[in-house]
Amino acid sequence: MERIELSGLTVETLVAGNGPPLLFLHGGDYVAQNRPFLDRLAQHFRVIAPRHPGFGATPRPAWFRTVGDIAYLYLNLIDRLDLKDIVLVGHSFGGWLAMELAIRSQARLGRVVLVDSVGVKFGGREDRDIADIYALPADEVLRRSFVLPDRILPDYGKLDDAELLAVSRDREATALYGWKPYMHNPALRHWLHRVTVPSLVLWGEQDGIVTPAYGEQLAAALKARFIPIGGAAHFPQIEQPEATATAVASFAEENR
Amino acid sequence: MAMQVWQFSEMAYHPAWDQLSDTYRVLVPSRLFDPKVGADLYHRYLDEWAMCDELGINIMTNEHHATVTCADSVCTIPMAILARETKKVRLLALGMPIGNRNDPIRIAEEYSMIDVISRGRLEMGFVKGVPFEISPANTNPADLTERFWEAHDLILKAMTSHDGPFNWEGTHYQYRSVNVWPRPYQEPHPPVWTPVGSEGSAREAAARGITIGVLNTGWVRTPAIFQAYRDSAAKAGREPRKDKLAYMALIGVGDTREEGWRRADQILGYSRTSGIVAPQFVNPPGYIPAVANAQLMKIGGAGQARATRVQTKDGRPVNARTMQVEEAIDAGLVFAGTPDDVWDQLKAFYDHVGGFGHLLMMAQGGHISHEDTVANLTLFSKEVLPRLADLG
Repeated sequence: MERIELSGLTVETLVAGNGPPLLFLHGGDYVAQNRPFLDRLAQHFRVIAPRHPGFGATPRPAWFRTVGDIAYLYLNLIDRLDLKDIVLVGHSFGGWLAMELAIRSQARLGRVVLVDSVGVKFGGREDRDIADIYALPADEVLRRSFVLPDRILPDYGKLDDAELLAVSRDREATALYGWKPYMHNPALRHWLHRVTVPSLVLWGEQDGIVTPAYGEQLAAALKARFIPIGGAAHFPQIEQPEATATAVASFAEENR
Repeated sequence: MAMQVWQFSEMAYHPAWDQLSDTYRVLVPSRLFDPKVGADLYHRYLDEWAMCDELGINIMTNEHHATVTCADSVCTIPMAILARETKKVRLLALGMPIGNRNDPIRIAEEYSMIDVISRGRLEMGFVKGVPFEISPANTNPADLTERFWEAHDLILKAMTSHDGPFNWEGTHYQYRSVNVWPRPYQEPHPPVWTPVGSEGSAREAAARGITIGVLNTGWVRTPAIFQAYRDSAAKAGREPRKDKLAYMALIGVGDTREEGWRRADQILGYSRTSGIVAPQFVNPPGYIPAVANAQLMKIGGAGQARATRVQTKDGRPVNARTMQVEEAIDAGLVFAGTPDDVWDQLKAFYDHVGGFGHLLMMAQGGHISHEDTVANLTLFSKEVLPRLADLG
């Protein structure tokens, strides 16, 4: 794990592999469980995966409050590392973040891949586009998140204090950025036309947090291709790391 | 100064309790509230408070949201009524969830009006609110503490500024023309209270000179909380006065021990139900510090943080949902029996915790009838209250 000094912040960042740059933006929970997926991507790319401010061991200054702030931070990161023709991959909360980044500047982006992303609201004021993970019973959130939760869930009792604190900070930061409006930016939908680089939307076929129908709407708004991933719910890159990494790599290859 | 006693009721809508099991909060549909029954209950509870004016017992309200355990969803509404119906006693709203309401200026206005109408009898509580208030208010749990203190600062400045509008462009609240009318009756403003449940929050309140109300902490946990307050007050150069400390107890007093215990047993319906809430609302992310959540995760309890920590004197955990009068007395949550019994228990608790100036008395709760509540309050006023003159 590297620590990158950026805008007065020390950003905990995983850097792995060689090849064209791939910036991975993680979601709100199960961040450590992304590792097998990132290892597969590292066979094709130079993977750069920062832990967002407030998450893991990355600090969050008091003024740093919105997903837009994180987007600007990562535009600084891209400049600092002088990355070009980036494959930008964002999952869930990180997908929202990827869109906020892309509408601000896609100058250094080559492609955008969204995986079971949140961030946009399509429905009316009485429709719930994104399941309320804070109001559903915990076991139902799990059922909606994973096809086989028991295979994925860590044994929290066996994690060390630093790992537990990291998970705890992940959850707190997700709430801080995403509580209200719930996991979306009401204006974002109207700026998605600014994303003109080739885009791909990947979706777990059994996602019960944001349904595949939402994913198809998102793909249409981005003029992106939509590919469902079988045997996965909200976290296809965790439940099906091979299939998801392969989909990302093929997409990056064919648009080269 | 004599110990002050405050009659506290949650204005429970207990008629619906027997139709519920898993949660008494957040998700309970309001079709279970019969407005005709509710109207009778509101009037009954207000009558019980109004009679306190003659009994020499002060009045305390609170608020909760979307729950059958407390139908007082706006703590200033009964206070506004009682500000006119009473003439003598003081009125404590403990209180207003200032980090969950979006408009601190409106809170300053409500409190100021009640203070003026009551001719300076208001005590104003600012509360963070229990975690299951987050969902009904849909406020961000991760920065609740920040909002609480900013709202606190803004409300006090708004109530103490009398030279026309001032500017407030804070992190959470922005007003370019703060100019609260009326100004409060008391100078510089009504006394400020906050409920606390830990040594950390007691220290925070002491540093600012805020009176604390300690609820449901019992015989084992209360001494350390009061001591933390006294230490922190002394450190801040304040005299650690007893009238800055309040303790809440359920009170059942009767002509016989049996009668007092029967009343306490009915009031214990409050303690047995108030913690019944669907687990997903018990510990929203960020409500407690990340370090504390990490420790909870380790013991497998991240979703059930609000387990009761009440214990008997010899350290046995008390199950809040099933607790009986005898163990509740042992745990210091209930003072009950004859007037002598109640005095003895209260005095022992007072000595054990190093003294306090306010007794927040729940003489109404659960299924206790109006007649029993009136008898409970009257007997307390007549037989116990005079003995408190030397405490406080």
